Amino acid sequence: MEAAPLLKVSKLYKNFGGVQAIQDLNFELVEGELLGLIGPNGSGKTTSVNLITGFVKPTKGEIVFRGQNITGRAPYKIVRLGIARTFQMVKPFYQLPAYKNMIIPLYSPRVKQMTGGKYGDRDAVALDLLEEVGFERDSHVAYKPASVLPQGYLKRLELAKAIALNPDLIILDELFSGLSLAEVASIVPIIEKLRQEGKSIIMIEHRLKELFRIADRVIVLNYGEKIADGKAAEVMESDAVKNAYLGFEA
Amino acid sequence: MGNAELNIGNRKKRRKERIDRGIKARSSDIFALSSWREMLYLAAPRLLPIVGLLVLSVALSVYWQRVLLSVSVFALLAISWDIMAQTGMISLGQALFFGTGAYLSGTMNHYWGWPPYITIPLATIFGGLLCTAFLIPVLRLRGIFFSMVTLVLPLMLVRIIEATRIFGGTEGLSGLTALPSKWVELYVLIIVLLAVLFGFRRMMNSDFGLVLKGINDNDRSVMNAGINIYWFKIQALFIASSIGAFAGAFLTHVYLFVGMPVFALDYSILPIASAVVGGIGTLAGSMLGAFILVPLSEILRGLGGLRIVFYGLFLVVFTVAIPEGIFHYIQRKYHQFERWVEVE
Repeated sequence: MEAAPLLKVSKLYKNFGGVQAIQDLNFELVEGELLGLIGPNGSGKTTSVNLITGFVKPTKGEIVFRGQNITGRAPYKIVRLGIARTFQMVKPFYQLPAYKNMIIPLYSPRVKQMTGGKYGDRDAVALDLLEEVGFERDSHVAYKPASVLPQGYLKRLELAKAIALNPDLIILDELFSGLSLAEVASIVPIIEKLRQEGKSIIMIEHRLKELFRIADRVIVLNYGEKIADGKAAEVMESDAVKNAYLGFEA
Repeated sequence: MGNAELNIGNRKKRRKERIDRGIKARSSDIFALSSWREMLYLAAPRLLPIVGLLVLSVALSVYWQRVLLSVSVFALLAISWDIMAQTGMISLGQALFFGTGAYLSGTMNHYWGWPPYITIPLATIFGGLLCTAFLIPVLRLRGIFFSMVTLVLPLMLVRIIEATRIFGGTEGLSGLTALPSKWVELYVLIIVLLAVLFGFRRMMNSDFGLVLKGINDNDRSVMNAGINIYWFKIQALFIASSIGAFAGAFLTHVYLFVGMPVFALDYSILPIASAVVGGIGTLAGSMLGAFILVPLSEILRGLGGLRIVFYGLFLVVFTVAIPEGIFHYIQRKYHQFERWVEVE
């Protein structure tokens, strides 16, 4: 018998005007699982994340997190329950040093609640968190303004902002996009460490090779519909997936 | 640092390089405390407005002391506008705050006979609460949609007063209680202005201020941190509207009159012009802008009908020449020097 799922999405629909962005999406996520969410461009991956995190309200359907119905709740309330996400387009405060960019998540009521009503020294906590995601302390890179940081560090910063909230579920929206192989290779251990800590993770990715190495399970979306769900190797063998990705029946 | 690149006559490319002055680097260190020069470098920008205002208050003629009062009131409104702008709320209606504060203190004084030292603080707080309550329903609106509402509200209130003849209708309420002396007027206002400037500059540079600026910059990212952006916007709005309401309440007891002109467009537009000329985002820039524009308007008074033409011309020239604002320009010159370097 499996444990109750951490996240349960059932019969989810979203229309944008006449466009069916998401149709009848159903899936469950078990605690500690790393789920990959893949599909061609415009297949509804980011929309499903926006639905789960409350940035977009569903037309129909239900999202349950830890037994609580979170459908259509405000994003900040959903974050407080323990779901954090990163954005595909990173948009830090460019004029501020990297560690000052961490202040906003560290100002979160969720952080206050977890630390017993005290925020503590936010600057020090920010530097610790950034070190965890690979801002080497000796290099003083955390003190540099975000405007001069390479994309790899900006993505790490985005990840650190999510980790700062100590979420149970982390949703990573194309974390690897725009990164070199070496940069991806240096971020993978951070994600694996998060899993060891028992975090559940949903990753939207186009970098399938890197994703398949770490994902327990993969869901494939096409035109807002789930067309496959299972182990990475099995999923890629499915005809529907080949058709969606390659445009013909293999 | 913002390096400007351009082509010079001989087609050789040069660019302007900006480098921090040695004294800036030295005085950011603990060693600054061992040198008078470095300490003065740090203290001068803070001492300047304090000393400047105190000197002005005694050196000016009675007429220009009245102008100083008006300047300080517009400086408060400009700071209030700047706090909202930094939180992502572009207001076209500081007159709403100003007028509400003015009418609240005027009413309390006229009908209930309460003295200014009670009506001004009460009008500040309740004016802030009232204006915040007016604008809460439209806080979800962004950009120009929010601005339009702030522009319309004071104009509506004027018509309500005109049509229903409440609070003295078109006549207004006159014969209000004066402050004890012109020195009390001057120094109360100067102290409040300096406290507002330094206090809220500190606030905007704190972590709380960072969250406010974050809402302006990228509200989704702030929401994504589990922060209720509307609650933070409400707090910023309350602070800004209280500052505006104080300005209105105070001036009511200087003019000894409150009437429909307190909702005039001047109180909405001039603070924005001040912030733009002085430089947005520092509060000090907005204040500086008011200290330039209001006296300028007084000096140009002799020109009669052409006054507004020259005033407008000045505004255009300034915004084209120094689009970043005078304060940012001075601040940069103070901390950095520039030199031309050739680009290979």
